[in-house]
Amino acid sequence: MAGCIHPAAVFALLDRTSPFHLAVDGTGTIIHAGPTLAKIGLAKSPVGRDLLSVVDILRPISGLDFADLHRVAGKKLHMRFRDDPGTRLKGEFCPLRGSDISVLDLSFGIGIVDAVRQYGLNARDFSHTDLAVEMLYLVEAKTAVIGEVKKLNDRLRTAVVDAETRAFTDTLTGIGNRRMFDTEIEKRLAADERVSLMLIDLDHFKTVNDTRGHAAGDQVLRHVAQILTGVTRSGDMLARVGGDEFIILFAGSLDIEQLDLIASRVISGIETPIPYARAFARVSASIGITQSVNYDRPTSDQMLRDADRALYLSKDAGKGIYTIFNPKDGMGIS
Amino acid sequence: MHGLINRAIQCFIEDTYGSSAWIEIAARSSLPDGEFEALRLYDPALTDTLIATATKHLDKDRASLLEDLGTYLVSHPNRASLRRLLRFGGQNFDDFLHSIDDLPDWARLAVPDLTLPGLELHSLGQGEYRIEIEENFRGAIHVALGLLRGMADDYGVLAVLSLSSDHPGVAVQVHEHQFSAGRDFHLAASL
Repeated sequence: MAGCIHPAAVFALLDRTSPFHLAVDGTGTIIHAGPTLAKIGLAKSPVGRDLLSVVDILRPISGLDFADLHRVAGKKLHMRFRDDPGTRLKGEFCPLRGSDISVLDLSFGIGIVDAVRQYGLNARDFSHTDLAVEMLYLVEAKTAVIGEVKKLNDRLRTAVVDAETRAFTDTLTGIGNRRMFDTEIEKRLAADERVSLMLIDLDHFKTVNDTRGHAAGDQVLRHVAQILTGVTRSGDMLARVGGDEFIILFAGSLDIEQLDLIASRVISGIETPIPYARAFARVSASIGITQSVNYDRPTSDQMLRDADRALYLSKDAGKGIYTIFNPKDGMGIS
Repeated sequence: MHGLINRAIQCFIEDTYGSSAWIEIAARSSLPDGEFEALRLYDPALTDTLIATATKHLDKDRASLLEDLGTYLVSHPNRASLRRLLRFGGQNFDDFLHSIDDLPDWARLAVPDLTLPGLELHSLGQGEYRIEIEENFRGAIHVALGLLRGMADDYGVLAVLSLSSDHPGVAVQVHEHQFSAGRDFHLAASL
């Protein structure tokens, strides 16, 4: 019979099974506080104070007076301490039958992780049946596992970037390769960006390779890649797309004067004898040029075909020459 | 074998004997990629090969190498998170031992495909315990012995731990519960 049990015995029991609770008498005055309350560091000890001056009830109804509390008995309450409005609490108001005593059972709910840190709670502040410690364990285990996943992600990301860089790089010269060019031009045309395409084919390269050896040929290709890098701006793209064939994809449309300047610089740069093994390797270059503004719907295939036709006009005209593709009246030779 | 266990062996060798020792051992064990990913599963034979290579390269016998691994897991600063997770098992060493049967379940709660050796505690009274260990990989008992020694130190308990003579497992005799201060443990992880 509840009536025979001294309230002190009930409080002692609750201190073990629900260490985070407050008990009030029939007037709403706090007559007992569970041991976890001592850790919370309220400005004043709650015992002897009015419950609703210590605890602010937010839901299901805010602004309840003490008599109303009995109407929400058994319901889930959302609360906060008036001293510490940052910490949300959950709980339940339970009248002790056969007496005028009621107990407000409290919990930090999902805020447990922050509360444990903020108040320095330890395992003794929870009953042995409370799953709070298991929950804290899980949070920590989850954090450790996510940490591993993040590290794995970073390693994979680096590996992907490395692999992509390798896949798009011409290993001999360090500039882009055919795949890089294909990807770039498709991307830019799909985005309706204007581009100018310069196809550069070396003249006499085969002679250097045949008479001076492959190492000399490789040196020439690296040297040419450097010269071509010198005429590109940051938004342009340079690739070696065949044995001795290079492409520069210029961002935007260039006027005739600009194309003339660039092509002349490329040709004179490449024609400058290249020192190799105490002698000079001599090559030249033929160039074919087209621009996306020449087409209603530019495609990379069409542009490459026309640049190629322009290039072969240059070759036929005697090498060391550039040709700009003109869609209206055939080819303009320079 | 779970990558977490393999990764732990890798970190143990790197932190204890240096990364050049690890690179050498990994290469001689024909370990693909030269390192373990924590969240992958590996052929158990690979772990066996790795441990055999390590004992040869470091000139240690298998039992003491695995025991050192166990102690490393709970005492090295780089493995602080594992030591913390184990400390959730109990407020003192006896509590910890009494929760040891649940250890595989605690591990599975964190990493569902991580299977630890089965553990069964027998309390014989007066600080004497026997822990039976189901060796789900060769040498698990030695790792457990080192790990339990490390945990006894962590709790500041004076205890003698040895391999049981009559069954696969570890014999524990706790002599003094507050032999040293032990290491602090707060539920809240330090940020």
